[in-house]
Amino acid sequence: MLLLILKRIGLGLITLFIVSLITFVGVEVLPGDACTTYLEREAYGTALDACIKRLGLDIPAYERYLDWASNVVRGDFGYSLSGEMPINEVLGPRVKNSLVLASVSILIGIPLAIVLGIITALWRDKLPDIMISTITIFSMTIPEFISATLLILIVAIWLGWLPGIVIIPSDATFYELLSNIILPVVAISMIMTAHMARMVRSSVIQVMASDYVQMAILKGVPYWKMVFRHVLPNALLPAINVVALTIAWLLGGVVVTEVVFNYPGLGRLVIESISNRDLPVVQALAIILASIYVGINLIADLMTLMLNPRLKSLQIRK
Amino acid sequence: MNEIIESVKNLSIGFNSQKGKQISILRNVSTNIKKGETVGIVGESGSGKSTLALAMMGYIKQGLFPLKGECLFKSEDLLKMSSRQLEKIRGRKIAMIPQNAGQALTPNLKIGYQIDEALRLHTDLNKTERDKKISELLNKVRLPSPETMAFRYPHELSGGQQQRVAVAMALAGKPDLLLLDEPTTGLDVTTQAHVLELLRFIAKDTGTSMIYVSHDLGAIAQVSDRIVVMYAGEIVLEGPARKILKEPIHPYTYGLLKSIPKLSLAGLPASMPGSQPQPGSINEGCSFYDRCNLATDNCKKNSPDLEHIKELDTNVRCFNYKELINQNNNLQTSITKKSNNSEANEVLKLKDVSISYAKQKFFDQLLNKISDQNPTVKDINIDIKKGETIALVGESGSGKSTILKSIAGLLKTKDGQIKFENDRILSSDLKMRNPNDLRAIQLIFQNPDESLNPNHTVEQILSQPLKLYFNLSGEELKKNIIDLLKKVRLGEFYMSRYPRQLSGGEKQRVAVARAFAAKPDIILCDEVTSALDVSVQAAVLNLLQQLKEDLGTTYVFVSHDLAVVRAISDRVAVLYQGRLCEIGPSQNVYKFPSHPYTEVLLGAVLEPDPDIKPKLVAEDIVEEKPPEKGCSFQGRCPRKIGDICNSEVPPWQIGENGNAIRCHINIEELASLQQ
Repeated sequence: MLLLILKRIGLGLITLFIVSLITFVGVEVLPGDACTTYLEREAYGTALDACIKRLGLDIPAYERYLDWASNVVRGDFGYSLSGEMPINEVLGPRVKNSLVLASVSILIGIPLAIVLGIITALWRDKLPDIMISTITIFSMTIPEFISATLLILIVAIWLGWLPGIVIIPSDATFYELLSNIILPVVAISMIMTAHMARMVRSSVIQVMASDYVQMAILKGVPYWKMVFRHVLPNALLPAINVVALTIAWLLGGVVVTEVVFNYPGLGRLVIESISNRDLPVVQALAIILASIYVGINLIADLMTLMLNPRLKSLQIRK
Repeated sequence: MNEIIESVKNLSIGFNSQKGKQISILRNVSTNIKKGETVGIVGESGSGKSTLALAMMGYIKQGLFPLKGECLFKSEDLLKMSSRQLEKIRGRKIAMIPQNAGQALTPNLKIGYQIDEALRLHTDLNKTERDKKISELLNKVRLPSPETMAFRYPHELSGGQQQRVAVAMALAGKPDLLLLDEPTTGLDVTTQAHVLELLRFIAKDTGTSMIYVSHDLGAIAQVSDRIVVMYAGEIVLEGPARKILKEPIHPYTYGLLKSIPKLSLAGLPASMPGSQPQPGSINEGCSFYDRCNLATDNCKKNSPDLEHIKELDTNVRCFNYKELINQNNNLQTSITKKSNNSEANEVLKLKDVSISYAKQKFFDQLLNKISDQNPTVKDINIDIKKGETIALVGESGSGKSTILKSIAGLLKTKDGQIKFENDRILSSDLKMRNPNDLRAIQLIFQNPDESLNPNHTVEQILSQPLKLYFNLSGEELKKNIIDLLKKVRLGEFYMSRYPRQLSGGEKQRVAVARAFAAKPDIILCDEVTSALDVSVQAAVLNLLQQLKEDLGTTYVFVSHDLAVVRAISDRVAVLYQGRLCEIGPSQNVYKFPSHPYTEVLLGAVLEPDPDIKPKLVAEDIVEEKPPEKGCSFQGRCPRKIGDICNSEVPPWQIGENGNAIRCHINIEELASLQQ
């Protein structure tokens, strides 16, 4: 088991290494370099030379990669071009903000999705299912920039209950954030919950049709006991991976929602740094987002392994 | 003894079709289950037997609903009870033993918990008493080390053990009536015989009534006091087991019994034409009319009632049953098949073939190291003559399908050679074979549902090999397809059909036609009849034999069913754990002396005859891996003589009749032991 975890971590690290290589090489093969892209029309003479010197673009690429990689391993992403401040200081508050937005959405969205999924599955084709399913399909199909805009229009402008956009500095405190993120959370949850509820629904329906559920009924197991003991543990296992992907998607910054609400999270940073042509930040973001995906998928895989007796004993026997 | 436990009265169950028509899949079924009695309900797939059995627990599958009638358990109608009331009866009064215990046990709960759940629901025992009871039950169903068994998960058990757990679970509530839905289908022959033996013991020991539902008349014959035969949702024959099996007076039962291959008969079983009608397709007349050779005009217009015949103690639904009285001698006949020319040349040779499933580790591959010293299949030497049918027989895990896949090129061999025609070595890699070799060896799979593309019409399915190998097109292609369909006795109009519009037997015929489209020299048949109903199986076997006689094809026929193998094959190779045990002409392999494993297999075969009881000579342990040295059968051999069996691979001995046996016991001694 331990060996397996180590193996998976190793594979994750290899993935990250490859991602770092790809982003680095990608930046290298682009016409021009970080300085010419950044300085644009001013890319000549002393300004260009100073920039090249500052970024160390005069030394060979592989040395620069090694240098950069070893710094990243130590947690130092270097300097951003635009703000000319350490990337860590740029990233820090953004990561925190994204984390807050993601955690609140997760805490609300996932339990809601599971409950809705179960209800729709157990009352399949009856009124609760038809109602909830219609709503979920609606919120799934409406693009988030439309639903977000509609939310702003109704709640912020017509009703005036909540601020329409987030006007706080990126280093706001947790409490300041909380009152500001209600609308973004609602917008995100609408899509996320809908997706997951559909998934849970089909998984529960599939398990309900299995031989062992029929057997439990014929054994005389009362309905709700059967649902909790025989159905849910087996139905929710495949949901773990979907939940993991959703969490990774959330942490990676929900670009559109963040832009619509002007929320200072990672997603907006991605857009900003790309439009500012701040390549060092883009590189750093690529590595961070990849780490989030790798890490969360690793956790999901391990959880599936722990919770599924079939896989667990298979691994132990080997 | 005569107290009635459950009685079904005029029960009809059906569903609403898409056109809003009511279609019944059970029609007017009435029967009684008496105390202490075992009733066998037999029928082919779609006959409504499982629907009837589940209804007897008050359970109707989703989409179905009762149309009329009642299921009275101790004079209360189960179909009118609330789910609360049913929870009190299910598991406590009527318990179920499911078809596939592997799928019927909840995967995330331990064995002990699942039995404990039944005890908590249906008894008043406290925790310590229940724990004691669990090991008692596990002991009763003869599971090894009951103490540790309770802490294991269902998937950690073998199929036979899972089935035993299901039996233990059903016994937990001390039910008055046990319902068994195909409880041994899908188990290996020896395991099946052991489980049946256990069930018989439990019936006797507890005095519980049993309803045994199965398509397998062999299994039914071993346990039942009374037999109910179902056809197209109706009871067509009902009576004492012996009467039904020995003197069947309904033409369907008669034909069914004739179509079962038997160990004692060398030839092919007689087949019944056609297949069971779809629910809702019979509007008037007898449902068996289309397939019956006794049918008259009367049968077409009027449907017969279930008639009680006092002197035979039997109910029969047939106008002309009298013609079948005293016809029982004809049951023991078969169609003799033309045996092949033994002078023919060898067309395929397997020489020292070994196959391993172990994945070579990356580093071992670099160092060119062979990692598996104990491969799944080892040292197979078989020479196959042109035009013969050779059968590979063994239980699951015997490597029979593995060998077949290797011949087809789907699985690489680890060692040895496969030689085709004039000793030319065939590459074990499919990609390295030339197109003509690929054409020459064709494969028919077990399950036509999975081997035929559901989005292709029969025409498309059959045109592919014709286009690929012979570049046919246009009119010529069409003519060839029609010819092929004619060969497998399907009409031209089948060309535009999709697989889902065909019955199981028709689908397998299309699969056979596809294999023959390539004009192959060798056809590999992987359990081609095991997914089919008995009456359809006989027809497919006859078709294969006919095609072989006409076209001179060679078959390599893999099956777990010794009776089917007896019917179709010229030569038989018996395999255990990927090693050959015995090989020889089929009439000799089925005679003693034989390898102890063959003896065990032959003993476990269930015949549709209550007087032939299976002989259980070996334990039904499941071995996961072949032993590293010595005889492959050492772990289970009832005739093991000592250390030599564990340490040395036994030598081949040739018997008088030309069958070779691999055993340390001298062949003459073996003959006298097996007398």
